[in-house]
Amino acid sequence: MALFKKAFSKLAKGLSRTKSRFVGGLRSMLAGRQIDADLLDDLEATLIQADLGVAAATRICQDLQTAHKEKHIAKGEDVIDFLKTELKKYWPESDRSINFAESGLTVILVAGINGAGKTTSIAKLAWQFHQEGKKVILAACDTFRAAAVEQLSIWADRIGCEIIKSSGGDPAAVVFDACDAAVARKADVLLIDTAGRLHTQDNLMRELTKIRDVVARKIPDAPHEVLLVLDATTGQNAINQAKAFLDAIDVTGIFLAKLDGTAKGGIVVAIRNDVNLPVKFVGLGETYEDVEPFDPETFVEALFA
Amino acid sequence: MFESLTNKFNDVFRKMSGRGRISEDNIRESMREVRTALLEADVHYQVVKQFCDDVTQKALGTEVIQSLRPGELMVKIVHDELAALMGPVDTRIYYVSPPPTIIMMAGLQGSGKTTTCAKLANYLIKKGKNPLMVACDLQRPAAVDQLTIVGEQIGAEVFAVPGEKNPVKVARKAVTHAASTGRDVVIIDTAGRLHIDEDMMKQAEDIANAVNPHQIYLVCDSMTGQDAVNSAKEFNERLELDGVILTKFDSDARGGAALSVKAVTGKPIKFMGVGEKLDALEEFHAERMAGRILGMGDMVSLVEKAQEAFDEEEQAEMQAKMAKGKFTLVDFLKQMKQMQKMGPLKSILKLMPGMGANSEMLDMMKGDEFKGMEAIIHSMTPAERDDPSIIEASRRRRIARGSGTEPQDVSGLIKSFTQAAGMMKQMAGMGARERMGFAKQMASGGMGGMGGKVKQRSKRLTKKQRDKKRKGRKRR
Ligand SMILES: Nc1nc2c(ncn2[C@@H]2O[C@H](COP(=O)(O)OP(=O)(O)OP(=O)(O)O)[C@@H](O)[C@H]2O)c(=O)[nH]1
Ligand SMILES: [Mg+2]
Repeated sequence: MALFKKAFSKLAKGLSRTKSRFVGGLRSMLAGRQIDADLLDDLEATLIQADLGVAAATRICQDLQTAHKEKHIAKGEDVIDFLKTELKKYWPESDRSINFAESGLTVILVAGINGAGKTTSIAKLAWQFHQEGKKVILAACDTFRAAAVEQLSIWADRIGCEIIKSSGGDPAAVVFDACDAAVARKADVLLIDTAGRLHTQDNLMRELTKIRDVVARKIPDAPHEVLLVLDATTGQNAINQAKAFLDAIDVTGIFLAKLDGTAKGGIVVAIRNDVNLPVKFVGLGETYEDVEPFDPETFVEALFA
Repeated sequence: MFESLTNKFNDVFRKMSGRGRISEDNIRESMREVRTALLEADVHYQVVKQFCDDVTQKALGTEVIQSLRPGELMVKIVHDELAALMGPVDTRIYYVSPPPTIIMMAGLQGSGKTTTCAKLANYLIKKGKNPLMVACDLQRPAAVDQLTIVGEQIGAEVFAVPGEKNPVKVARKAVTHAASTGRDVVIIDTAGRLHIDEDMMKQAEDIANAVNPHQIYLVCDSMTGQDAVNSAKEFNERLELDGVILTKFDSDARGGAALSVKAVTGKPIKFMGVGEKLDALEEFHAERMAGRILGMGDMVSLVEKAQEAFDEEEQAEMQAKMAKGKFTLVDFLKQMKQMQKMGPLKSILKLMPGMGANSEMLDMMKGDEFKGMEAIIHSMTPAERDDPSIIEASRRRRIARGSGTEPQDVSGLIKSFTQAAGMMKQMAGMGARERMGFAKQMASGGMGGMGGKVKQRSKRLTKKQRDKKRKGRKRR
């Protein structure tokens, strides 16, 4: 668990600042208190302020109340452990790992709205796989945004992996070439960067479906993972994002970027509830090293720190 | 949502009729609906709390009690209060003489600063200005390239110092360069930064101290959740913001962050970004924003979009029909087809009152835009198309079978049609200006005649005072 140390200290650092502002630390809030309506209200407030949303927050509070009635928990101090156990059930170990191809090339498609953190997150994953001795190739399929290809090229240079790009403007063509190149060069992992798009732009969402279709046609069982990059500061709209991207490209998991700020990313709880998508990674900074596998324990701890 | 919020309010108050006075409890009960609506729109928890308390106080006045339609009036009070909180809107940019006027952009990573710089430059060029954009994001890979490219696209010069690692120096040189080349506005793009990153916040302060910008804008993603208050507050404390620009407003975000940010900084929201194209920057409208946050639909935007897209003649013809009450399902279909020109139907419909994200209509549109709708209408007999009110359960089943839809899709469509027909009938015969007014009135809950007039009280003042007080405390 050494991996998470850094994550936790970073999260905790951000949190200690937040506490003095809007969120009263839950732990101190709960100490020495009865589990009553007041406490439930305060808990609901904390959860809502962590972006869980009204529905998820209410649901958790109801579960807590039930547990109290059934005498599983007695006093304020028990609440945190209860919440931890409850929330950890949301993300079983099994669906937090990357689904690698049984043999040969693993293709990972990455998508999300503008500025969510896709390109940086790809650099982070590429570096991780590179560290593990895998041969990584990046596909620069953001042919739309100014200097997007340059941005990914710089990351490829820094990491020391290959990148497939084209001068043309068609992302489907780039992904086509990238699949060929990855197979020909016997790569282990192909990471596909795509242009940011709002989930409400139907034509752009169709373009994404097309990219996915090309991958599926070229490589059996691919894409093996389809990651939606979510900005941890996003509020309730993330649910709409998750739904729309799920519809378009069958997302398999979430990369929760920018968790090094003061935002708690609680929306992933609601997303788990409503759309049943797991979180696989968290982004904790701007260098390629700032990535951690998602750890529910740390996440929940940070939620209530 | 517009409908449902009004209806919920009416339900709350209907229970009371015959029992005389409306009590504080009733108002509180209706405020619970408002609270949920605001929280779901991402307005910060504490801001919501304060807001609901304030509105409750206001609603306790006599107006509500004497009102014939307390539900609608409550919606109006809530709406107006929201609008007042986000206003007054001042989208003017104050130019200094001698030029150049220096504008600095700041914000979190990925909020859209670079694109917004270009949009603002483009906006200024259209107003006859001669802006210079400055590449001070030396952090993110290829950020300078990005600014250079968008600069080319809009025909604005971009100032960059190749190899320079210190953005403060770049900013300083840029200002000298602007003055000597006759640029009247300098727009400084900066790296995205976390408000808790001490080094980076210090760097932002250093840039500001070096060039003394006349305006510093916070660029904020409209999809931001509860954390908006934390970042906005910190940026404001460190940089003394002059305004806020909200981005990615072309999404379906309800945009409660707008209210949160306004509440914690007290700084006006100047513009909003409404698309990836570099002309997609609009001046901020507090009224519209209020409607959107409440999920009541953004009628003004809808009407404006419609006016851009609709063929004048067809519109006149359609209006004549509507005025005569001859607006049929076939016309509705035609209308919808025209609406498609305005963009994806789903996003258009969301702008309409009563068509919150979960309405039956929107679900139906999921796959093939409005193929389902077309199929339903085509499966009707001419008589049914003329007068859908004759469609009872067995006809509904037949139509559903014929169109490969579900009976509830058919009733959903008819419901939407009836709603639209009523609305359009009222709008027909109005001139463009009137229509806009009507839309505004509808958006603010004024549909169907208000029971009374609501006076604006001195709320804004107390808010200001509060801000002032807070400011006095935090400045050493
Ligand atoms: N603090 C922090 N910043 C991040 C993280 N991930 C990405 N960023 C920053 O967020 C900004 C946007 O990241 P990009 O990777 O360019 O985002 P994108 O989704 O590829 O953006 P577009 O391609 O323009 O849609 C950059 O400034 C990144 O450095 C993170 O985990 N933490
Ligand atoms: Mg990118």
